[in-house]
Amino acid sequence: MYADVMMAGFGGQGILLIGNLLAEAALLEELNVTYLPSYGVEMRGGTANCTVVISDQEIGSPQVSAPEVMLVMSEQARERFEANVKPNGLLIVNSTLVDTGKLSRKDLEIINIPFNQVASEMGNAKFANMIALGAYLGKRPVVKTESIEKMLKEQLTGKKAEFVPMNLKAIARGIELANQSGGR
Amino acid sequence: MAEAAIRAGCRFYFGYPITPQNEVAEYMSEHMPEAGGTFIQAESEIASIYMVLGASVTGARAMTSSSSPGISLKQEGISFLAGQELPAVILNVMRGGPGLGNIAGCQGDYFQATRGGGHGDYKTIVLAPGSVQELVDLTGVAFELADKYRNPVMILADGLIGQMREPVVLPEPVKHLPEKDWALRGAKGRPSRFSRSLILNVRRMEEHNWKLQRKFREIEANEIRFEQYLLEDAKLVVVAFGSAARVAKGAVKRLRKEGLKVGLFRPITLWPFPHKKIRELANECSEFLVYELNAGQMLEDVKLALSGSAEVFFYGRPGGVIPTPMDVAKIIGSRYYQRIKRKAK
Repeated sequence: MYADVMMAGFGGQGILLIGNLLAEAALLEELNVTYLPSYGVEMRGGTANCTVVISDQEIGSPQVSAPEVMLVMSEQARERFEANVKPNGLLIVNSTLVDTGKLSRKDLEIINIPFNQVASEMGNAKFANMIALGAYLGKRPVVKTESIEKMLKEQLTGKKAEFVPMNLKAIARGIELANQSGGR
Repeated sequence: MAEAAIRAGCRFYFGYPITPQNEVAEYMSEHMPEAGGTFIQAESEIASIYMVLGASVTGARAMTSSSSPGISLKQEGISFLAGQELPAVILNVMRGGPGLGNIAGCQGDYFQATRGGGHGDYKTIVLAPGSVQELVDLTGVAFELADKYRNPVMILADGLIGQMREPVVLPEPVKHLPEKDWALRGAKGRPSRFSRSLILNVRRMEEHNWKLQRKFREIEANEIRFEQYLLEDAKLVVVAFGSAARVAKGAVKRLRKEGLKVGLFRPITLWPFPHKKIRELANECSEFLVYELNAGQMLEDVKLALSGSAEVFFYGRPGGVIPTPMDVAKIIGSRYYQRIKRKAK
């Protein structure tokens, strides 16, 4: 078993957070995992992306030349990374912020979901990242949602614990949208 | 790394913030006091290295961590540690480029680390981890070697290892630390001891310097570490260290699947450098490819080791970007076809 995914957007979108959450969930399932973030020196607005590799074998390079799955949360990320996706791979697009007319790869499975819009409709724009993580898990169930839930509960304690249900709802919504999206 | 240091008996951490190694200081600030140790964010890099010196001279295990520009500032103190024969562990998570550079992976400080770094005729032991697990393992080794030889030890990592997360197995805490009959803890009931690098008597200065050199030769004889990967029948040996070696390993694996006889030699100690082992490899193989995230630094050590006994090709990227295994495989592959397949014809 081997899965890799690159998630890209800008600082403040919570990209590194969902990448890390995915990695922690994989660790919980006793899989080998590497989480490699790459970000600008700015706190907000700079580029932010991460690569997560999950495998039941030893992982060679944490840096992946052509990830099988790519999540682009911003137009800038699409511009920079669309060309890198592995031939016939999966591209998950945040159609709220990405100019979908500019998508050019014909070989890819592409799913367009307006993550920011869906999040706003659910009542909080901040959960766009969790919906995106859900969309990824809907298409590539590499870890169980129970593992994600367990990690969320571990990370959101005290006052923050009240946000667990909303996060889980957002992930579930993402899975649902991915399943409805058609694609392949 | 921070937890591994605490488990290795380190009870003093002094540092000054710089990306990409702030996670070490952050962890230390919380957990060092819990372990009964001392965490101080000093007013500068220079202050922090002298705080390490102060703690070390009492016999305690002490460390600091920084990144390239900060390490440059610490070099004077590292020279003093070497001159006074004091153990210390220094973590350098290298940044890209001279000056401030960026925070991506780079191996541009190889020369600075392996040639002593500061002023004077001395060496620091340099350990280069290739993964987060190895960073943990080498942290314990670093404290052991520092005490054994009473010498500063540098762990030379880079932004890739500094920022990456992966699962690790942590060692058991060290229970007994070595006795230090040179430590200064108050001379009540015994003759005074001294720790200094200022020796005005000409003959004694030379004696001291020879003593240091004898120690360095002993380290060279005993402490060389390296990893060999698929070298038995290799027609081309790739030499790489740290993160670059991990990427190179992926490339070698890929090329082996295609039937190319390539292998990887990874120095773990950059000083002492495995010169002799590389020279031996040249008996079986006449093609070497050095891959670094700089414009050619370890390359010089490999060339010195081979002294013309094999061909050396260099592929380097001078920091800022990390090539992927595919990029590196292409370079190794094309060199292989040029040199080995052509010769076979």
